Amino acid sequence: MLNNKGRVTRPQESTDDHIETQDSYSGHKGLLMNEPLLFEVGGLDKTGVDLPDCSETENMLGGLERAGEIGLPGLSEPEAVRHYVRLSQQNYAIDSGFYPLGSCTMKHNPRLNEKMARLPGFTDIHPLQPQSSVQGALQLMEQLSHWLLELTGMEAIALSPKAGAHGELCGMMAIKAALEAADSSRNIVLVPESAHGTNPATAAQLGFKVASIPADADGTVRAHAVQTAIEENGAETIAGIMLTNPNTCGLFEREIKAIADAVHEAGGYFYCDGANFNAIMGRVRPGDLGVDAMHFNLHKTFSTPHGGGGPGSGPVVLSQRLSAFAPVPFLQKSDDGLTLIEHEDGDDTEAEPFGRLTAFHGQMGMYVRALSYILSHGLDGLAQASGDAVLNANYVRAKLKHLLNQPFGDQACMHEVLFDESSLAGTGVTTLDIAKRLIDEGFHPMTIYFPLVCKGAMLIEPTESESQASIDLFVETLASLIEEAKAGETEEAFHQAPVHTPRRRLDETAAARKPILRFESSSN
Amino acid sequence: MRYLPHTESTRQAMLDTIGVASIEDLFEQAGTPQEQPPTSLPPHKSEMEVEQHLSQLSGLNRAAGDGPFFVGCGAYRHHVPASVDHLIQRSEFLTSYTPYQPEISQGTLQYLFEFQTQVANLLGSEIANASLYDGSTGCGEAVLMAHRITRRKKALLSGNLHPHYASVVKTLSHMSSFQVDQSEVVAGQSATDDLIAKIDDETSCVVVQTPDVFGSLYDLKPIAEAAQAKGALLIAVVTEVVSLGAVQAPGDMGADIVIAEGQSIGNGLNFGGPYLGLFACRQKYVRQMPGRVCGETIDADGKRGFVLTLSTREQHIRREKATSNICTNSGLCCLAFSIHMTLLGERGMKKLAALNHSKAVQLSKALSNIDGVEIINQSFFNEFTVRLKQSAEQTVETLVKKNILAGVPASRLWPDRPDVENLLIIAATETVSDDHINELCAELKEALNA
Repeated sequence: MLNNKGRVTRPQESTDDHIETQDSYSGHKGLLMNEPLLFEVGGLDKTGVDLPDCSETENMLGGLERAGEIGLPGLSEPEAVRHYVRLSQQNYAIDSGFYPLGSCTMKHNPRLNEKMARLPGFTDIHPLQPQSSVQGALQLMEQLSHWLLELTGMEAIALSPKAGAHGELCGMMAIKAALEAADSSRNIVLVPESAHGTNPATAAQLGFKVASIPADADGTVRAHAVQTAIEENGAETIAGIMLTNPNTCGLFEREIKAIADAVHEAGGYFYCDGANFNAIMGRVRPGDLGVDAMHFNLHKTFSTPHGGGGPGSGPVVLSQRLSAFAPVPFLQKSDDGLTLIEHEDGDDTEAEPFGRLTAFHGQMGMYVRALSYILSHGLDGLAQASGDAVLNANYVRAKLKHLLNQPFGDQACMHEVLFDESSLAGTGVTTLDIAKRLIDEGFHPMTIYFPLVCKGAMLIEPTESESQASIDLFVETLASLIEEAKAGETEEAFHQAPVHTPRRRLDETAAARKPILRFESSSN
Repeated sequence: MRYLPHTESTRQAMLDTIGVASIEDLFEQAGTPQEQPPTSLPPHKSEMEVEQHLSQLSGLNRAAGDGPFFVGCGAYRHHVPASVDHLIQRSEFLTSYTPYQPEISQGTLQYLFEFQTQVANLLGSEIANASLYDGSTGCGEAVLMAHRITRRKKALLSGNLHPHYASVVKTLSHMSSFQVDQSEVVAGQSATDDLIAKIDDETSCVVVQTPDVFGSLYDLKPIAEAAQAKGALLIAVVTEVVSLGAVQAPGDMGADIVIAEGQSIGNGLNFGGPYLGLFACRQKYVRQMPGRVCGETIDADGKRGFVLTLSTREQHIRREKATSNICTNSGLCCLAFSIHMTLLGERGMKKLAALNHSKAVQLSKALSNIDGVEIINQSFFNEFTVRLKQSAEQTVETLVKKNILAGVPASRLWPDRPDVENLLIIAATETVSDDHINELCAELKEALNA
C-alpha cells in the first residue's frame, strides 16, 4: 500500500556534496550490474529459440497477412538469461530480507507450493477439456473450498475472482443481486475512513453511493457511529457496509457483532474485506461475527507469491443469505463426481448466479499453492501461524512504543502495528525519509502514508515468517534512525537517502507530468 | 511446523518483553471473541505427505501433453522454453511485492517497461499498461473505459465474441447499469453487416474479436471507420496472440483499444489461470486507462529509472472516483510473457506464427477428407470450426475415451443453441505432431461411422 498524499514525490536538491555518487567506467558497481533496456541490446535478427521448419501450405489468412516489422528485438538464450538475472538483482524480495509491508502480508512462499503447481496434471490442463478428464482438478477446488468455508464458518464460495479487488467486486455484486431479487433500491454503502481504497472504488463501480464512517479515538469503528450513519441516511437506503477486520490500523473491530446486527436490522448486508485474515485464521470465524461476504487474498494469507504485483487470487465466501447468488462457474457434487456449472441456467437447483466474472474458472495455479500451504499447516499450524503473526507485531510494538507514537494509544494490536510521524515533529525528517534510510540499511520499508487516518503513517507487518533475531535487527535499526533524527544534525543524510541502491530517489512528478510509457529509439 | 521460525522458548521470551503470559492473552486483549471455533479440520502434514496427496489429485487429470490435444477457444498450448520458468522463479522476481519503493524495485519496473513496449508493438497500439488479470476482465474494463471516454452507455458486442467474454461484459454492464447490444452469431464467417448496422449514436464501443471464437479472421478497418463515424470506439479482442506474428495488428487496422489474452506466450494452460490481460490503446486515452502503468523518469543523480506512474487514476488515491478498482496485476505472468517474447524476438515470433498456421492448414486438409466433416471457416489462423454429421459434444466424449482431446464443442459455450450442436472448434499449435493428426483423423472417422 502506498499513498502519495502528504509525502514528497520528487527528490530534493542536494545541498551537500559529500554524498559519493562517482560512476564507474562500465556503469557497474561490483556485484550491482547496470542493465540496458532490451531494446538497446536486442536485435530484430536475434533469437533464443530454435523452432522446427514448417512445411509450405496454402495460406488461409484471408488476405490479412502482416507486412513489415513488428518491433520485437530478440536475444540468444545466454544473453536473455543474463539480462533477466541482472534485472532480478535490482529487486528487494522476501527471500533476501525483512519485508514488513503493512497490509500486504509478505510471508515466506514455500517452494513445495511451486513444485506442486507445476505438476502436469495441474499446469497442463485446459479449462474447456471434458470435465470427466479433470476430476482431480475439480477435487482440488472442492478441497480448497471446504477448508476456506470451514475456516470462516460460511455457506458458499466463489473461487473465480482473480485478486482481492476482484473478490470485493464479486461480493458486492452478490449483495446487489440479492437486493435486486428483493426489488430493493437501497444504494448506500457505509465505508470507514480507514478502508483500503479498493473498497470505495468497488462500491462506486457498482453504482452505490459511499457514505464515510469516522473511526473512534481508539482507531476502531463503533456500533453507535454505524447506527448514526444508518439513521442519518435512513435505514431503508442502506445496502450494506464494507468493513476490514482486523482493520487497516492493525486493530480488531471489537464491536463487529453489534455493527453486523445494526446493519442487518436496517436490512443491509455486511461485506468484510478479508485482506487481514492472516491475523485470525484458525481462531476466529467471520461467519460467527455476522459477515455476509468476505474475500481472501490467497497471495497474502495463503502464501502464494506476490510476483512483483501479481497474479493474485481472491475467492469469496458467502453467508446463507447470499449463497444463491454466487457467480458461475461453481462446483456441484453428484454421484458421478464433481461438475462445474458454467452457465447461469445450467443446473436444476435454486441457484440464481449474478453472472460471470472471468472467462474460465479462476486462478487454478494459486488454488494448488494455497491448498499445499493449508495442508502443510493443518488447523493447528494455521492457528500457530496467526498466533505468531500477532506475537511478532506486538513484539515490534513493545520494542518501539517508547520512541514512536501510536495514533490510537498503546493497545494490543493484531498482525500489524501502526505508528505515525508525530514523534519526528520539528526534526525535519519525515516518514518517507525514515523509509528511504531503512532501504540503505537493507530493509524493505513498512507501508507508509497508509492508512490515511493519521499523519505520516508507518504500518509494520512482520508476519509469522520472521525470527526474533530478524525482528530485533529491524527494530534496533529503526530505533537508531529515530534517535538520529531526533538528535538533529543529519537531516540532509535523511533527505538524500537511499544512496546504496541501484537508483536513488526517483522523480515521480516528472514521470506523471509527461508520461513516457514505452521505449522510443532516439533516431525516431 | 517447518515454516515457523519460533521455538517455544523464543515465544516465551517475546511474550515476556510484551508483558503478557500467552498468545491467547494477546488475542483477548485485542478484543477477539473467545469461543474456539468448532471445526473438524485435520492437523499439519509433512512435506512428503502433502506432495503425495497433491500428486495423486494431479494424476487424476488428463494432461495436454499425455496425447493428441486440439483444445483452444481462448487458451492455447504452446511450448515454453525452459529458461522462462527458471527465470521467473528467481527469488527477487517471485517474492517481491508491487514496486512501491522504486529504488529497490528497478528489476520489476524495467521488465514492466519493456513488457509495455513489446505489447504496444505487438498489438499495433501507441501505449500499453502493465497488464490486467486476463483477456476477459480486460475486455470488461475496456468497455467501461469506452463509456468514460464517450460518455455513452451502450456497448455493442460482436456475436462471435467468446461467449465467456460476452458474459463478463454483460455482468459488469448489468451491475453498473450500462446497456449491451449484440449482433447475430455467424459461425465460420467474418460477417460484419449486422454488427455495423447496429452501431448508432448511443453506441460507446464496438467489441470485435479476431480471430473470433470460431477461428475466423477480420479486416477491422471497415468496422473501425463505421464505429468512429458514429463517435464510438472500436475495441479489438485477441485471444490468441501468436496470431499477431502472422496477421495485421488490430491497432494498425484502426482499433482504439486492443485487449488480448497473453497466456499463449510464456504461460501454461493452468486450467484457466493465472493468465494475463494485455491492454493497449491510443496515447490520448492514457489517463482513462485502468490498471498499473510503469513510466520512465530520472533519479536524483540524473540516471534513467522507472516508477509506477499516473497513480492519480487509481483506487488508492482516488478511492470512489478511481477509473477502476484494480490493484493487483499479473506481474509474474507478464515477466513470463516478456522473457518468452525476448527469446522469440521478431524472427522467432514470425516463425512460430507461420508454424502454427501451417499445422492448422495441414489439419484442416486432413479432416476435410473425412465424410461427415465440413470445415466451415473461410479464413483462420491456428483454429477453425468443423460441422460434424452428429453431436460434437458426444463425439468429443467418445474421443476422450480414446485419449484424444479433440477440441471444444460449441455447445459447451452455447448450451441453449441447438443450431451449434454439431459444431466442433479445433485448434492446432506447434505442439501438434503428424502422428496426433493421424490419430485424430482415424478415431474421428470411426466415431462418425459408429
